Amino acid sequence: MHDDPHPHYLTPSYGSTVLRAPSQSLVRPAFDPEAIELVDPVYGHQPVGSLDHDLTRQHEGEPIGERIVVTGKVLDTRGRAVPNTLVELWQANATGRYAHPVDQHPAPLDPNFTGAGRCLTDAEGNYRFVTIKPGAYPWRNHHNAWRPAHIHFSVFGTAFTQRLVTQMYFPGDPLFAYDPIFQSVPDPKDRERLVCAFDMDVTEPEWALGYRWDIVLGATPFEEE
Amino acid sequence: MLTPSQTVGPFYGHALPYAEGPFVVPEDHPDAIELHGRVTDGAGEPVPDALLEICQPGLFGRCATEADGSYRFRTARPDVYIPVLVFARGLLKPVWTRAYLTDEAPFLAQVDPLRRSTLVASPSGERSYRFDIRMQGEGETVFLDHAGYADPAS
Ligand SMILES: [Fe+2]
Repeated sequence: MHDDPHPHYLTPSYGSTVLRAPSQSLVRPAFDPEAIELVDPVYGHQPVGSLDHDLTRQHEGEPIGERIVVTGKVLDTRGRAVPNTLVELWQANATGRYAHPVDQHPAPLDPNFTGAGRCLTDAEGNYRFVTIKPGAYPWRNHHNAWRPAHIHFSVFGTAFTQRLVTQMYFPGDPLFAYDPIFQSVPDPKDRERLVCAFDMDVTEPEWALGYRWDIVLGATPFEEE
Repeated sequence: MLTPSQTVGPFYGHALPYAEGPFVVPEDHPDAIELHGRVTDGAGEPVPDALLEICQPGLFGRCATEADGSYRFRTARPDVYIPVLVFARGLLKPVWTRAYLTDEAPFLAQVDPLRRSTLVASPSGERSYRFDIRMQGEGETVFLDHAGYADPAS
């Protein structure tokens, strides 16, 4: 049995959980190979465009910021690649501001940066994005609260039960110790799985720093051991 | 080994919702139904920044809640139930539930009779069903545990 690496719903240090965390225990359905949750979610509203993975080329000009490549594999818990699955990503700009009306952080918006992208994994489960490094940003969770720089990821997999939404962080961020969202992952070893690794082989000369981050989804049933 | 979940946060709006997301089947689909409702928190207040996803064989829908916590899908009538997945700020991992269009199904028999009705959508007009989601407290929706479920051999 895999240990459960996920945060608890109720994490009082993250104030928004207090009225939103379920208070009753979850009910586990008996295993049913026909359960609708096991179907492959067909996410087909629009084909992924050839530039959707490049957040630096969505506007007239280039965004301000440190250009980065973020790449890695989507895998299941048995180490098998998950090919042809949708990966969506969103993030703040280099100043720590989201292009979202709800974000009132008084840092400049960048007219050349929306901060949303998507791609499909290739046959070996690889995804790759080109973007800029997001800035840290303040939030109102507690006095002097700051989120470490992060990129939000949404991944599908091959069964709806594999659905994962998470955040990727950058190595060595001094804000980790103060961030209740990062710290909500109970085991420090599991927290490390949210941190990408600087990778000189992904880094492109005179162009962009490279980071590598693999995403591991739960295994699907119907698979022989 | 698994990558831990983190909250979707409040700022997914320019990335995840898309215009056709709530309209899973065309209006003239012979089995089209409307599935709608409100998401409320433990104080009974609307959850205005939730993102709901539904999945049926060959179909997928996504709908963000409005300021009053409401959502509305047009989808195909399911054989038995529609899986519903809810993401939101304050949810460090999503909650899973099911909107049943019948009150007779094997899984429902497994659920505390006092809470069973939270899984059953109520008719609210012609080919329209209301399915409210209460995150916490009185009338709390039954949420499902899929941990390990997808991988019984592990
Ligand atoms: Fe964020």
